[in-house]
Amino acid sequence: MTAGLVISDLRVTFGGRGGLLRRSEPPVAAVDGVSLRVGPRETVAVVGESGSGKTTVARSIVGLVTPEAGTITYDDTVLGPMRTRPPHVQRAIQMVFQDPRSSLNPRMTAGAILREAWHTHPAVAPKGDWKQATRELLAEVGLDPTVAGRRPSALSGGQCQRVSIARALAVRPRLLVCDEAVSALDVSVQAQILRLLVDLKSERDLAIVFISHDLGVVRQIADRIAVMRSGELVEEATAEDLFTNPRHPYTQMLLDAALDLEGVES
Amino acid sequence: MSADMTPEDTGPLLDVRDLEVVLPGPDGPVRILDRVSFTVGAGRTTGLIGESGSGKSMTAMAIIGLLPRDAQTRGELRWRSEDLLTATPRRRRRVRGREIAMIFQDPLASLNPGQTIGRQITEIPRRDGMPRRELGSTAVDLLERVEIPDPARRANNYPHQFSGGMRQRAMTALALAGKPQLILADEPTTALDVTVQARILALLRRLRDEEGTAMLLVSHDLRVMAHVADDLVVMYAGQVCERGPAPDVLRRPFHPYTNALVKSVPAVHAKSAIADPLPGSPANPAERPSGCAFHPRCPLTRIMAQGVSSANAIGTPPIHERCRTEQPEVREISPGRWSACHFSSEEAVR
Repeated sequence: MTAGLVISDLRVTFGGRGGLLRRSEPPVAAVDGVSLRVGPRETVAVVGESGSGKTTVARSIVGLVTPEAGTITYDDTVLGPMRTRPPHVQRAIQMVFQDPRSSLNPRMTAGAILREAWHTHPAVAPKGDWKQATRELLAEVGLDPTVAGRRPSALSGGQCQRVSIARALAVRPRLLVCDEAVSALDVSVQAQILRLLVDLKSERDLAIVFISHDLGVVRQIADRIAVMRSGELVEEATAEDLFTNPRHPYTQMLLDAALDLEGVES
Repeated sequence: MSADMTPEDTGPLLDVRDLEVVLPGPDGPVRILDRVSFTVGAGRTTGLIGESGSGKSMTAMAIIGLLPRDAQTRGELRWRSEDLLTATPRRRRRVRGREIAMIFQDPLASLNPGQTIGRQITEIPRRDGMPRRELGSTAVDLLERVEIPDPARRANNYPHQFSGGMRQRAMTALALAGKPQLILADEPTTALDVTVQARILALLRRLRDEEGTAMLLVSHDLRVMAHVADDLVVMYAGQVCERGPAPDVLRRPFHPYTNALVKSVPAVHAKSAIADPLPGSPANPAERPSGCAFHPRCPLTRIMAQGVSSANAIGTPPIHERCRTEQPEVREISPGRWSACHFSSEEAVR
């Protein structure tokens, strides 16, 4: 058995169907022949610029888009579209989105958002007091118990992202797919959420797929890094190797363009 | 009117003095900007940095004269020898575009989708009565200055035919068309990919160096600031907490908030650990904390409070009494370096 996530020759296309007002055009491959493995307890980052296909890879993993070709397996179970996945597989892989505010239901309190996850997955719902379980879960992501009674509009961006993470944790996942999970946050809040992810990873033995355009953040938390460009994976290496010895010219170009605070001529 | 520099013009181009902006809020008036003071020198790039709610964009809007109608203002915006805050609406419209121009974050939302790029960037010369035959060559010249390849052809394109980076260049060309002495740029590279961002930043630097255009760059990104700003103004909760020459401020911040910002930037070209995070979120001007607005998140006040007060309840982090009760003035700590912290000194922030 191959433990963890295995993506083989993934191909995802968009468009291409002829419409009433539009002549049929050939489909555009957003992801073209990507293969990637994410072992248990491993943090793998996928980096690239806009249009590289990194978000499409993330959405394929959680079953939000249907690949045209290729397979994705988790612990040897083939993963189809979200609704076809058995509940235990749905639970195993959870996603944290970029914009915490728009990914939470504005009409539900944080407590209700967590309870909804348990209603959907009764197998992992707390056996005893849900109120107590809610408090514990909020505490685990660094939130005060009073947050349970508040709606997203009454929470800061960082607090909303913590609620999103708590919602993912509520169903006891094995793998978190984080799509630009800290990009929309203020820099002084980013570090809080990165710390939280790193702590949760070790406490809960999680694997993480970390989609990001920020090479600095990626260097801090990733074990391995995959670089994507125009739907293709151009280089994959351990974090240390990628930064110290990039082999693909595109990786080299990304590194050259990335700014640092240090080493600036003025 | 503007271009000739007289000897007494050696002072700052723009001098913002105790600027206050009050907006009505659901629970009464909110002082969005609180006694904001800084200067922009001629031919220099001043970076205005802050997180959400810091008031950096509101400051730019006050300068360009695009505040909401119900905003109340106080203080002064000294532009050369006049105060823009008390200028007539007619005079402000004249200044906007011709003396002070603005580049917005989202060029697609700021450009007219139904007009060619060439027509849009020559709007001001056209209104100023430039003959038609010259407008075409002016458009090409402007596009050339912002390094758009094949400018003669590109001038006839519409915004949707431009990439994100090219649209930002077109916006910059539009700003240059009025021959302004100051350009306000609000997050001009935030929506762009790194490779495109690097080229836009190089363009902004070149405009400063070759054309002497002063710039007020508004951004949340310290890395961008480190690469283009000569001077830095750090804002928090609608107040200035630190200002000074950018390289000095970044190398050795005097204010604990600046220090935390600098440390929170992950390095790309070296391995760095995740920074010790500040607690909480940026303060909202509507609920600005008492005393120093930064005190609930400040690591320095906790150090300074140790041993001073034992009156804190068990479990609450110690806060120095002064930070809780007394609003710090922006003081000159060393020549050219200003900080609004009771305990800013070269030794304290480490």
